Amino acid sequence: MTAQASRLAEGGRWDIITANHAVAHAARLARVQVVPAYPITPQTTIVEYLADFIERGELDARYIRVESEHSAMAAAIGASTVGARAFTATASQGLLLMHEVLHWAVGARLPIGMAVVNRAVGPPWSIHVDHQDAISQRDTGWLQLFVSSNQEALDSVLMMYKVAESPDVLLPFMVCLDGFVLSHTYAPVNIPDQGDVDSFLPPYDPPHWRMDPDAPITYGNLVMPDQLYMEMRWSIDRASRAAKDRLKEISTEFAEKFGRYHGSAIYERWSQDSDYLMVASGTLASEAEVAIEELRREGESVGLVKIRLYRPFPGEEITELAAGKKGIIVVDRSVSFGHGGPLASDLRASLYHAEDRPPVVGFIAGLGGRDVRVRDLKAIFRSAKRKISEGVDRVSYWYGLKVREVGE
Amino acid sequence: MATNVIPVSLPEAGASGETGIWRVFRPVINKEKCVKCWLCWLYCQEEVISEGADGFPEIDYTYCKGCGMCANECPTKAIEMVPEGRGNSL
Amino acid sequence: MPITMKDLRRAGKFVMPGNAACPGCGALVAFKLVSKVLGKDAVYVIPACCTSVIQGPYPKSGFRVPVFNMAFAAAASTAAGMAAGLAALGRGNVRVVAWAGDGGTYDIGIQALSGAAERGDDVLYICYNNEAYMNTGIQRSGATPPKAWTKTTPTGKAEMKKNMPLIVAAHGASYVATASIGYPFDLVNKVAKARDKRGFRYIEILSTCPTGWNYPVNKTIELARLAVDTYVWPLYEVEDGKLRITMRPKRRPLREYLAPQRRFAHLTEEDVRALERAFMDRWEALEKLEAAGRIFV
Repeated sequence: MTAQASRLAEGGRWDIITANHAVAHAARLARVQVVPAYPITPQTTIVEYLADFIERGELDARYIRVESEHSAMAAAIGASTVGARAFTATASQGLLLMHEVLHWAVGARLPIGMAVVNRAVGPPWSIHVDHQDAISQRDTGWLQLFVSSNQEALDSVLMMYKVAESPDVLLPFMVCLDGFVLSHTYAPVNIPDQGDVDSFLPPYDPPHWRMDPDAPITYGNLVMPDQLYMEMRWSIDRASRAAKDRLKEISTEFAEKFGRYHGSAIYERWSQDSDYLMVASGTLASEAEVAIEELRREGESVGLVKIRLYRPFPGEEITELAAGKKGIIVVDRSVSFGHGGPLASDLRASLYHAEDRPPVVGFIAGLGGRDVRVRDLKAIFRSAKRKISEGVDRVSYWYGLKVREVGE
Repeated sequence: MATNVIPVSLPEAGASGETGIWRVFRPVINKEKCVKCWLCWLYCQEEVISEGADGFPEIDYTYCKGCGMCANECPTKAIEMVPEGRGNSL
Repeated sequence: MPITMKDLRRAGKFVMPGNAACPGCGALVAFKLVSKVLGKDAVYVIPACCTSVIQGPYPKSGFRVPVFNMAFAAAASTAAGMAAGLAALGRGNVRVVAWAGDGGTYDIGIQALSGAAERGDDVLYICYNNEAYMNTGIQRSGATPPKAWTKTTPTGKAEMKKNMPLIVAAHGASYVATASIGYPFDLVNKVAKARDKRGFRYIEILSTCPTGWNYPVNKTIELARLAVDTYVWPLYEVEDGKLRITMRPKRRPLREYLAPQRRFAHLTEEDVRALERAFMDRWEALEKLEAAGRIFV
């Protein structure tokens, strides 16, 4: 399957809609049964569209107008425990408020689906895009996939449930899309036919456990240290790894059925014949694709790796592509304070055991919605080349600061 | 296919072991005084009181924790709390 | 037809012996009675509280009903999701029960509870109130009575307690009631009433606690009865907007209730009088609410 297998789908209908609208269509097509909803910019229109679908009778689902995001996720958890397919959406502070129950959804092995419309976290208030909200949930065990177009947002939400509900996965899944850049931007989107989606995504039928009066069980009571607590956690780790294989198969199946392929754990372009690789997630990666096209025209040898799946991390895939490269440039839209960019950091760790391990240089850019343009990404590339030849002395460098970095 | 380790617990007596060993006092029913009002059964937190073959309340000492609520609530004082370890055994 | 001893003896057994409850646990008596009334077609969500432990450790459970253990603040919201999920799956006959302690209800869980009550989610919320954070080792909650010793109020709580059932009633819940394990038939009949209604129902059960209140373990039922008889724990229900006091026992001196509990051992005569006044003020307020007719609208 090549990265450019996209073609005009035969089925479905075309519309010019925002990514939030596309996500709402996807949730409708996935026949979600319970939607706990709480507003937060820039996610709000997703749950507004869903309210419309339900009230117009286009979606048969229970809509719960919860009083917080903590309750939104708790209600999604409750719905999933009885075997219903649950969907919610959030952003920024809302996702942070959910943090406790995000862990709970994973521990309870509930394949809940969620759209996270990425937005910076406060203070100070910012409603604009960066990935700090989602990246801060990295260790909850949620499967995390970043998209970079409206169509990819719709398609990924459909694939999300199929991956999450796989019997060897059974983990919650968040599809992350950039605030405003995607959420509020109109683009042509193919909306598949319900029948095609139904044949792709069967109804959820929990194979592992459920709250059932006919077979009373207790879920989540105390586990003593000599019992299986560690093994349960190990099992989550294994399930997360399995999700990567399932995504690979399901992305292929989706492409065959719907004629669209956005990549699997990663999306790569020009990676085989390049000296350097540029790595990013979300719309930053799409912008990088344009920058790389220009750089290549200008004679630079650089390819693109879009990290779609952040957890589980595509370490093996990147290690394979990294062999023989002169350097890898990673652009993060979030920061792990006191260390560096999370993508850069994870990527460096993945390469540690590789025999052929090129230098990695990270950049932190675009926080709080700061625009990262093609010319910025080209500047990052040139700066990276310089740093690689001079020697990289940290995980990530800050790009485009309006203040001088101490020691620079 | 991976085997998931899912922490599902099943209902079973003795989830915390044979809790009869927690007991300091042992409830002993005097059938001459018992009027079978079943208040002891009603208030027993542990569900260790049932109807014996003779129609009187019967206590499962394997799990009875010896709280003495039954004796305290018995309207005819038909239940005596006898210290454990004085000629009694589980 | 009110529930009788005969009915209860015929009901199912959902508490398994040999669980992890303390001897003399009022909460477990409450759970036993409630589960008998609700029967088989019920699922329970239990947030962090004593009952998280009472079930006993994995891989066994002391409860023969479906139980989902949940994070502290999320009993009502999780229950709301379960009810919606069951409705979506065509299993609306199954009752969803949120079973939470007073910390999980009065304090950390009040937001989710308020949301579910305001929306009228199809949930039976039961707060078993043992008047402090007992599972963490006796710390003050919004339900702790004034003057009571806890480990975070070593010289006694300075404040009155929240009037939680009335707070829920003010949301327009379809049924609200207080109950005591000391009056089990009043309790089970209120649970039956709540079982047969839809929407948000709230029952708060005073669950005497020998471990936290520091009284002899055999007095659990006796004190639960005395709490009602001394007007510390009035029994009432709110239905169709109207409050009705369901029990008017001959009032007994507060001292009889306080004396066996070491959490009140430091009280002076004046403290006892002040406390009695405070509880009587609340009782008189209830009588006014009862006389007022349909006021929770």
